Amino acid sequence: MPEPLAWQISTVTAIRTETAEVSSFTLELPTWRPHRAGQHYDVRLTAADGYQAQRSYSIASPPSRAGEVDLTIEKIADGEVSPYFHDTVVVGDRVEVRGPIGGYFVWEPAFGGPLLLIAGGSGVVPLMAMLRERTSAEARPPAVLLHSSRTFDDVIYRDELAALAAADAGLRVIQTLTRSQPPGWTGYDRRIDRAMLTEAIAAAGPSPLVYICGPTLLVEAAANGLVELGVPPSQVRTERFGPTS
Amino acid sequence: MSDRFVSRGFVGRAREAGDKAGRVPPGQYLTDGFPVLSAGPTPQVPLDSWEFTITGLVRAPARWSWQEFTALPSRDWLVDISCVTKWTKLDTRWHGVSLDDLLGAVEVEPRARFVTAHSYGGYTTNLPLTDLLNNQAFVAWQYDGAPLDPAHGGPARLVVPHLYLWKSAKWVRGLQLREEDEPGFWESLGYHNRGDPWREERYSGD
Repeated sequence: MPEPLAWQISTVTAIRTETAEVSSFTLELPTWRPHRAGQHYDVRLTAADGYQAQRSYSIASPPSRAGEVDLTIEKIADGEVSPYFHDTVVVGDRVEVRGPIGGYFVWEPAFGGPLLLIAGGSGVVPLMAMLRERTSAEARPPAVLLHSSRTFDDVIYRDELAALAAADAGLRVIQTLTRSQPPGWTGYDRRIDRAMLTEAIAAAGPSPLVYICGPTLLVEAAANGLVELGVPPSQVRTERFGPTS
Repeated sequence: MSDRFVSRGFVGRAREAGDKAGRVPPGQYLTDGFPVLSAGPTPQVPLDSWEFTITGLVRAPARWSWQEFTALPSRDWLVDISCVTKWTKLDTRWHGVSLDDLLGAVEVEPRARFVTAHSYGGYTTNLPLTDLLNNQAFVAWQYDGAPLDPAHGGPARLVVPHLYLWKSAKWVRGLQLREEDEPGFWESLGYHNRGDPWREERYSGD
């Protein structure tokens, strides 16, 4: 039998607001194991009467940050675990977790590239871990992030992504805002479609490794669209979610 | 368990009462939706080229076309399903053929102890033969009275409701009977080899 992936009590050491509904929580881990970009942790909450709730959250930080992980969590209005993080957790609180988990939706520098990353909303979190990992890698493969959000204020990691792209000719970030756009917006203004996918493939370069994460409809549309445009299905890794409440 | 960790200020949802509470495995929550989780693009499988095969340690390998397969004796199945990503859905209604009938048609050799399910798109999952017999498992082509949506595994999907849902191979195209166990897709990537939700067998070593 392999070693069980044990539950451990982490400590919240920082909370960063990303958007109105999304925050990143830094967890300090007594037993830290290096993760692979794209993996997640399971969180388990226990009430005084013994009732428990578990959810999975993607790791946003790169594995180069030893001893801790950032989990970026979107607050789901009728959820159970995400509202606890947003409304109750403060720095210094302890949270039971286990991980890292997941062996397929992962990228490490040895995989090479080019990377074509497609995200809907908070689906950008595991892809951000990949981009952060890529930034610290010796050889950076070309990378494209196609990111769909509802509004300008809903774009998670907006400033960091803009700064990364500005400093790195090998990284292209394509943003689309599906619900409303601010004055002077130069990005796209609709759901991800064939034209956007065509542009993303061209920008990434031949034979990209594709990672798609987001709501089911977006993932289905993007994955099917890429396959229709000639990307081999075996090159396309997906992670679909309904909201993780 | 006086030393159990308690999450400060966590109350949680209203507790499920009675019958429902007893049907939710540990660490799972109830959902009315039907979330979709797959590792890659959804394969599009035309029905006129679809086929289902049973191979390996059987006396006579079998192959069914879509027409032949959906003409097999079939029935409705009302089952609870649990996904390793923590959701459980009660009273899901499927229509399909029992694995007892499929395996009965090929005469399984006595030394066969494991099954690998193969899917269009390349997915595989492994199961002990004993988890597929005695009306525990079926291959479904309808969900809730309608053809099974491709995103949920259509044209046809293996359903093994007493194990986590990754064992219920979407887009299934065949079963291979084996003497030795061989880890499938997720089983090779850190997930539990058997996946019993009631024992919370999520990951290797659980």
